[in-house]
Amino acid sequence: MPNPPFHEWTLIEAARKIRDGEISSRELTAALLERIAALEPKINAYITVLPEAAMARAAACDEERARGKASGALHGVPVGLKDIFCTRGVQTTCGSRILAGFDPPYDAGVASKVLASGAVLLGKHNMDEFAMGSSTETSHFGPTRNPWDPSRIPGGSSGGTAASVAAGTCFAGVGTDTGGSIRQPAALCGVVGLKPTYGRVSRYGMIAFASSLDQAGPLTRSVADAAAMLGIIAGHDRRDSTSVDVPVPDYLPAVSRPVRGMRIGLPREYFEGAGLDPEVKAAVERALKILTDQGAVAVEVSLPHTEYALSTYYLIAPAEASSNLARYDGVRYGHRAEGASGLIEMMSKTRAEGFGAEVKRRIMIGTYALSAGYYEAFYGKAQKVRTLIRRDFAAAFEKADALLTPTTPTPAFRIGEKTGDPLTMYLSDIYTIPCNLAGIPGISVPCGLSKSGLPIGAQLLAKHFDEETLFAVAGAVERALPAPGAAPVASAPVHK
Amino acid sequence: MEFEAVIGLEVHAQLSTESKIFCACSAKFGAAPNENSCPVCTGMPGVLPVLNRKAVEYAVRTALATSCRVQRRSVFARKNYFYPDLPKAYQISQYEAPLALAGHVDIETDGGTKRIGITRIHMEEDAGKLVHEGEFAGAQASLADLNRCSVPLMEIVSEPDMRTPEEAGAYLRRLRDILVYLEVCDGNMEEGSFRCDANVSVRPKGQKEFGTKAELKNMNSFRNVEKAVEYEIRRQIETIEDGGRVVQETRLWDANAGVTASMRRKEEAHDYRYFPDPDLLPLVVEDAWVEELRGTIPELPADKIARLSRDYGIPRYDAGILSSSRALADFFERCVALYGGAAKTTANECVHWKDAILAGRLTPETIAHAVEDRESGTVSATASKKLVEAVLETGKAFRALRDEKGLTQLSDASALDAVVDKVLAASPKEVESYRGGKTGLLSFFVGQVMKESRGKANPKIVQEVLKKKLG
Repeated sequence: MPNPPFHEWTLIEAARKIRDGEISSRELTAALLERIAALEPKINAYITVLPEAAMARAAACDEERARGKASGALHGVPVGLKDIFCTRGVQTTCGSRILAGFDPPYDAGVASKVLASGAVLLGKHNMDEFAMGSSTETSHFGPTRNPWDPSRIPGGSSGGTAASVAAGTCFAGVGTDTGGSIRQPAALCGVVGLKPTYGRVSRYGMIAFASSLDQAGPLTRSVADAAAMLGIIAGHDRRDSTSVDVPVPDYLPAVSRPVRGMRIGLPREYFEGAGLDPEVKAAVERALKILTDQGAVAVEVSLPHTEYALSTYYLIAPAEASSNLARYDGVRYGHRAEGASGLIEMMSKTRAEGFGAEVKRRIMIGTYALSAGYYEAFYGKAQKVRTLIRRDFAAAFEKADALLTPTTPTPAFRIGEKTGDPLTMYLSDIYTIPCNLAGIPGISVPCGLSKSGLPIGAQLLAKHFDEETLFAVAGAVERALPAPGAAPVASAPVHK
Repeated sequence: MEFEAVIGLEVHAQLSTESKIFCACSAKFGAAPNENSCPVCTGMPGVLPVLNRKAVEYAVRTALATSCRVQRRSVFARKNYFYPDLPKAYQISQYEAPLALAGHVDIETDGGTKRIGITRIHMEEDAGKLVHEGEFAGAQASLADLNRCSVPLMEIVSEPDMRTPEEAGAYLRRLRDILVYLEVCDGNMEEGSFRCDANVSVRPKGQKEFGTKAELKNMNSFRNVEKAVEYEIRRQIETIEDGGRVVQETRLWDANAGVTASMRRKEEAHDYRYFPDPDLLPLVVEDAWVEELRGTIPELPADKIARLSRDYGIPRYDAGILSSSRALADFFERCVALYGGAAKTTANECVHWKDAILAGRLTPETIAHAVEDRESGTVSATASKKLVEAVLETGKAFRALRDEKGLTQLSDASALDAVVDKVLAASPKEVESYRGGKTGLLSFFVGQVMKESRGKANPKIVQEVLKKKLG
């Protein structure tokens, strides 16, 4: 086995070692598959693992390299995708029973780009059902566990991706973030999670939860890896009308850009709430000190409509979800209930069996919020508040180049701790949601461990399409803080 | 009590684009079931709609041709409902902010020209089609054909400005003519590319408020629309006269029985939970593009009718028939350009041979030659008709056939002299009687001359020659 252990390599290191011939794609892929086999019973980060397909692809990569035909930044590097991205001929479930056995006849825009970069797809990561949840406990395929403490949740909904990256069962993954679903699990699993600007990455073939908020982005072990992954998946896709046609810069140089003179805004409202764990607060303040030590300037800003963000989100997201999820009716694909007589009964029974409790709850909320007589009071009003939240950010970015906040109010909670109280669960996304409502980019970067050894993340927010500033600031934090290291489950010796 | 009907029409016109409104699938009619379908138009998980620019262009041209105000910004919304032929469980349609507002179309009525207001024009996608057990060979259950899913439609909603079934019919025909002129819709009602729902209510004459309306569906020809509206007006009046009350509902027209029947009541109406489709950005139509498209609007039926009747001195009725098709009107004008004689005769000929002309089986030269030869007396009316028929049969030129068949009339008086002399010489008794005052015998002589000339003599000239010789 390579030394240091391959699972501690970054994505960029792995790609370089393959490129330099230090290791073959087959060796690396086989080692990862072995690790997956050993760790999956403990963390359940994958819904689907593709041993044969991954090995075949790795072999093809090695052969291409031997013939001098290797191309793509991730040539031969094993990665995973959240099971929300359609993959041609590979089961795509979105964590739901209703899509169990669904093999899409097309690749999502993100999947095509990752494959075109030469990466080897190891499998599809576990997730909250239809990305609804903050703990990956709502998956039909069972909860994912946090590699730092398997009695705890990894966060959600991209919990499978975050846990897999943290546990070293892939070099990087792509998740999605509708209200914090990349940044929150990244924070709780001690990895880097980026939600790019809305429209920066194609939504084509990404199973919709709330279309106006959903955004794909990378989960990685380093800021540079996140920059590399964004470079691969970003860009205009004419199959997605909301994807924006602006050039994709080379993000990597931004990671080492100095932060001297940068104005770091601290939104007052994000530090005032009673729910903020003192250890998390202290960790974020430590991150601020790192930045000011390097010459950045701290400024206080205000985002006055923050208190309405959560309720706004929980009207808009379920409203769009109720419409997006109406197509799962058992008629054309996926699960169909047995023994129904007649069409209406078949559809209702299929949906009753196929959807879990959280998805049903949000469909009900959304249907109500859109119904005649309530539309203006709920959905219409929420859209107006959304505009105010967007303006708050625009005003804050007049004063600051980036905003620094906690990613989550607390470190990872225990499995089952919040499942009985959805409203408490919703609060775990309180710091991440406003960013989605405004469509701006956000990143979560590890900023230490709690006393009990759980990762804590700091969130950085920037203007639309200013991901480079995020990489610069996150890179500065990363360089100054000792890396959280491998998660305990990950350091367990699983390979010979 | 005297009643008055109030009628408004909602027309769904399929835009004649090559591809569907939100994907690249073919929008053509008549493909094998589900042949024209892809993950996008069938709403598979994760796929997204992308708006067809050509469809917008066609709808904008329609808006301009009906004097509508094109909205710079319009918004696509989702209309949510469950149905097996609607794979996304919502239809994408413009709702609160449609493409165009406030236009009109002028129609001809017995009382002169009447202006029918157009409330709005919006764009939307069509749904699929269900084929139920027994309707289709081998169908054991209800089958879904998703070919029509996402075929581009434009809905044109009129103001409730029509008062009679005839006005409704006239509006509908005029609207279809405009769309066909613009080449944005083929206007085919049987294939469903031009469909109409009617909102009908009645009220006592003089009353301002509208009565309770019924919505009529399922009418697949102009005649059926008129008949359904007529039936519905009578039904509503009778209901009120019998002391009943009209209820708001949707009714289906049963063409075989000639009646409308209740389909669903207002209370059963859906809550569509409309909201702006987050997968599509608001549609922004730039002014410059609108102006560019304005330049592509051809002369429309109303203007064409007025111009043809004014410039060629033909009756409005004839101009109306000629203008019912852009191709027919163009054909007529080319005929007149080739032979500048009596436009009325040319118009008659074009109307008479309309079907063959539209089928592309006659050239303007044929009709121009036919009219010219008739007017010059070179061929008779009967011979002319025979010759055009022969053109259709053989594909040969009119004049070649005329000469080949020897159907030229003898119009030259000197050439007829000999024939007339021969006839007169053969009937001395009749000549005597005629000269004795039995002038009615003139037609006998004409007949004889025609017979002798084997029908080629020009009867008008024959009469003149006879009168001179007998007088």
